[in-house]
Amino acid sequence: MALPRASPLYPASPEEILRPAAAWFVLLTLALGFVGNLLPFGGVAGALKPDFLALLLLYWCIQAPRYVGVGTAWLLGLLMDVGDATLFGQHALAYAVLAYGAEYFRRRVLRFPLWQQAAQVAVLLALCAGIVLLIRVVGGAPLPRWTYVVPPLSGALLWPALSVLLQWPQRPVTSASDL
Amino acid sequence: MRPLPAEPPAFFHRGPSPLARLAFFGLLSIALLFADTRFRYLENVRLVATSVLYPLLRVVQVPAEALSYVGTYFSSQRELADDNAALKRLLVEQAPAVQGFARLQKDGAELKALLALRERYAAAATTVEVLYTGRDPFAQKVFVDKGADSGIVPGEAVIDVDGVVGQVTRVFPFMAEVTLVTDKDHAVPVKVVRTGVRSVLYGSGTGRLPELRFTAPNADVEVGDLLVTSGIDGTYPAGLAVARVVTLERDTGQMFARITTRPLAGVDRSMHLLVLGSAAALPPRPDEPAEADTTKKGGRSKSRRGG
Repeated sequence: MALPRASPLYPASPEEILRPAAAWFVLLTLALGFVGNLLPFGGVAGALKPDFLALLLLYWCIQAPRYVGVGTAWLLGLLMDVGDATLFGQHALAYAVLAYGAEYFRRRVLRFPLWQQAAQVAVLLALCAGIVLLIRVVGGAPLPRWTYVVPPLSGALLWPALSVLLQWPQRPVTSASDL
Repeated sequence: MRPLPAEPPAFFHRGPSPLARLAFFGLLSIALLFADTRFRYLENVRLVATSVLYPLLRVVQVPAEALSYVGTYFSSQRELADDNAALKRLLVEQAPAVQGFARLQKDGAELKALLALRERYAAAATTVEVLYTGRDPFAQKVFVDKGADSGIVPGEAVIDVDGVVGQVTRVFPFMAEVTLVTDKDHAVPVKVVRTGVRSVLYGSGTGRLPELRFTAPNADVEVGDLLVTSGIDGTYPAGLAVARVVTLERDTGQMFARITTRPLAGVDRSMHLLVLGSAAALPPRPDEPAEADTTKKGGRSKSRRGG
């Protein structure tokens, strides 16, 4: 029997049918995203750090809507509120809206090349950050520094790499005997 | 030919539509936000959830701690020797103050006994280390490595070697949240050392300097004046260094002078802090007249009432 050959590391074309993602893989990546958000970065790295959990939620809402939807996003948002010691419900609301946005974008976003997908992702991530900003400013918090706009952009820049990486296990395995 | 149905057939339905879910969870979030900001019902839930997450929060620290350990491991012999020499010099420089302190303390105790003054602060203090700075970009907070396990309670003052850093605002089993003096609207009652003028120092939020509010334009304050805690709020012990006046704008058209200050403590740098013991119970405040009560907004923290 021929050994399965690893699929190449380039983005799947829109026509390519990906295998469904395993539930454990979705859970694992979301857990890693949560831990990534908790990493104590300071200074420039802290300002550049994207919201990993939001990015992964967005990816799975688009790729695996059977597993991840508005409810899951809301629960993970609550978890993020506890981890960040911020107001209960601010991330929950923002992530729920993000998941709904993904549901809306889902059917067409994958038709675009990766860099155009990234632009749309930036809009969604900025919406997510904007909701948190609105909640806090209405609640009486001061406006944050201008670096507040950086994480959605850095998150969008990560989108192409993240897509290729997370698609990789879902690519159909081509065995040598097929050739 | 029949038109295609707009909705998928019933056997494809999986629960309510995304919009219905969004409406449900959105309303739930807004209810939570209200419960948290207006009524503070959820502090116990937060306590339990944070305790459950605590091991994860600590594990996540490990890479950063390992990096800094590797960094210090390779610090040169010369650096260490220099540090050592500087610390020894500092110790000798501070010797007169330390040696005189015992006598001053005794004098103070005698005078207080003589005047039958209340002992307001227990001597107990806990040294803590900063675990990480808060990730909330809207607030100025740090988390320290000791909590209810070391007897820390909310409201205690936190200082570093140079001055006041902030106040403990939440206590978890193994860590505590310290709100820094630069947090928006965090108030510290202070007085000017040179003249004794009392005022209240308010934080202005991330990246802005704290200011003295509600100080008359003709108050005797100058640029460079040292501000220390006045101790009349029952939260901060009297005489702790807080800040130095940086800019001063007296506009006679305005009700108050605009005075910005720079904190003396390494508010955003210090890693080792000291949590001071809580104040002994103050006598209860006299009841305020009924009409004054209705016009005044309720202060959130104890320290707001000072000044």
